[in-house]
Amino acid sequence: MIRAENLGITLGGRKILTDINASFLPGVPNLVIGASGSGKSVFLKCLVGLLTPQEGKIIYENHDFLSLDYEGKQELRKQIGMLFQNNALFDSLTVEENVEFPLKMFSNMSKEERKHRVNDCLAKVNLVNSNHKFPAEISGGMKKRVGIARAIALPIKYLFCDEPNSGLDPLTSRVIDELILQITTDLKITTVINSHDMKTVSDIGENIIFIYQGQKWWEGSRSQIAAARSENEQLDQFFKASFS
Amino acid sequence: MNFFTEIGRFMIFMKYVMKRPQKWSVFWKITFREMHNIGIESLLVVTLIAFFLGAVTTIQTANQLLTPSDLFPTQLIPKFVVGSVVSTSAILELAPTITCLVLAGKVGANIASEIGNKKISEQIDAYEVMGINSASFVALPKIIAGLIMIPSLIIAANFLLMFGGAIATKFTTALSFDDLIEGARMVFHPEYVKIMLIKSFIFSFIITSISSYQGYFTEGGALEVGAAGTYAVTRICIFILFFDLIIAQIFLGL
Repeated sequence: MIRAENLGITLGGRKILTDINASFLPGVPNLVIGASGSGKSVFLKCLVGLLTPQEGKIIYENHDFLSLDYEGKQELRKQIGMLFQNNALFDSLTVEENVEFPLKMFSNMSKEERKHRVNDCLAKVNLVNSNHKFPAEISGGMKKRVGIARAIALPIKYLFCDEPNSGLDPLTSRVIDELILQITTDLKITTVINSHDMKTVSDIGENIIFIYQGQKWWEGSRSQIAAARSENEQLDQFFKASFS
Repeated sequence: MNFFTEIGRFMIFMKYVMKRPQKWSVFWKITFREMHNIGIESLLVVTLIAFFLGAVTTIQTANQLLTPSDLFPTQLIPKFVVGSVVSTSAILELAPTITCLVLAGKVGANIASEIGNKKISEQIDAYEVMGINSASFVALPKIIAGLIMIPSLIIAANFLLMFGGAIATKFTTALSFDDLIEGARMVFHPEYVKIMLIKSFIFSFIITSISSYQGYFTEGGALEVGAAGTYAVTRICIFILFFDLIIAQIFLGL
C-alpha cells in the first residue's frame, strides 16, 4: 500500500500540487485522473521520487520514502516498476535486452535463467517472436507491452503507469488496460495509473482520484462516479469533455 | 543559472557519478564499448589531423627560421633547430591541446547528444525508477573510457606529428630528415612527456565530464539536445584552453 499525506510541490515558483491525500491499495487498479496540466504526472513523479515535494509525506507500507537517504530510496525502487508515457525503452537494446536489463542489474540469474524469465514476461504481455527487434522497429502498442514486461521482470510490489493509453488506438488501449488489470490482480501489486481516458476509468477504475488544478477534487470508485458527477461540476465537465 | 550555481550542480553531479558501480560486469561491458566509441572511432580523425599538422608545422617553421632575411642575411640558425621546435611543440601543445580540441567536437558533442537524448526520452528516469544510479551508470563508463583512450590517442598523435614532419622533409631541400630527428633528440626532455600526460588526463576528464553533465541536464526536445552538444563543445574548449594556460604556467612558467 502507498499513502500520500498532505503532498504539496512548487516548481519554478508555481504551486503544482496542494495538500494531496490519497491511499493506493494492492491488488486493484488505482487511477489518478484529470485534465492535461492538472498535475497528474507531477504527482506520479513525486510518488516514485523523480521529483521531491516540499510538503507532505509518501509512505510505502511503513517506510517514509522522503526521509530515506539516496541509497535507501534506490533500494526501495528495486521493488518499483514503471511504464512511462513515452515508454522510455532503451533504444540501443533489443526487446529481449530491454526486458533482461533489470535482471542483469539486480539478479544473480544465469544467462539461461534470464532468457527463460524474459520469455515468460514477454509471453505474459502476449509478445512473442519480437525478441530481437529494436524499439524503433515495433508499433506503439508493442512498445507499451515491452515496457510492461520490463517493469515486471523483477518481482515488483508497485507498478506505476503514466498514461499507458496515450497514442494508442481504442482497441489496443483496451488490451493494455486488461493487461495491467490482469498483472495487478495476479501479482497482487499496488498499481497506480495516470490516465485521462474515461474508458479506462469505466473499465478498470476501482480506486479513483480526480485531480483538478493541483488539488484532489474527488475520490471514489467507478460505480460511484456517475452519482458524483451531479454534485461535482469539475468532474462532470471532465467527463463530458472526454466523451464529446 | 549563474556560474557558481552551475559549478555547484556540476560538483553534486560528479559526487553521484563517482559512486561505486552497482554491477561491475555490466559496468566493464559498457566501458569497453565506450572505449571503442571514444578511442577506435576517433583514430582516423586524430591520425589525419596529427599527420597534416606535423607536416605543416615543419614546413612553416623551416620557412620562418631558415629563410634568409634583412635581419638575418645569412643562415644564423642551424637546421636542426626546426626539429627542436617541431618536436617540442608537438609534445607540449599540438598533440595534447589540438587533439583534445578536435575530440571536444567529436567525442564531447556525441556524449552530450547521446545522454541528452536519453534524458528527454525518459530513459534516465527509467534507470532511476529501477533503482540505478543514473548519473554513474551513463557517465562513469564514458569518463573512465575517456581517461584510458584519449591519452592513448594523444601519445599516438605525437608520433604521427613527427611522422608528418618527417614526410614533409622529403618535399623540401631546406631541411633533411636527419636534421629533424637530430633537433628532436637534442631538446627531448622526459619532463615534457610528463607535462603532456598531465594535460592528457586533465583534458580527457574535461571532455567526458562536461559533456556528460551537459547531456544529463538537458530539458525539452530535439532542439535542446542539439543545443546541449553545442554548449558542451564551447565549454570544453574554454576549459581546455584555460587549463592549458594554468599547466603551462605551473610547469614551464619562468
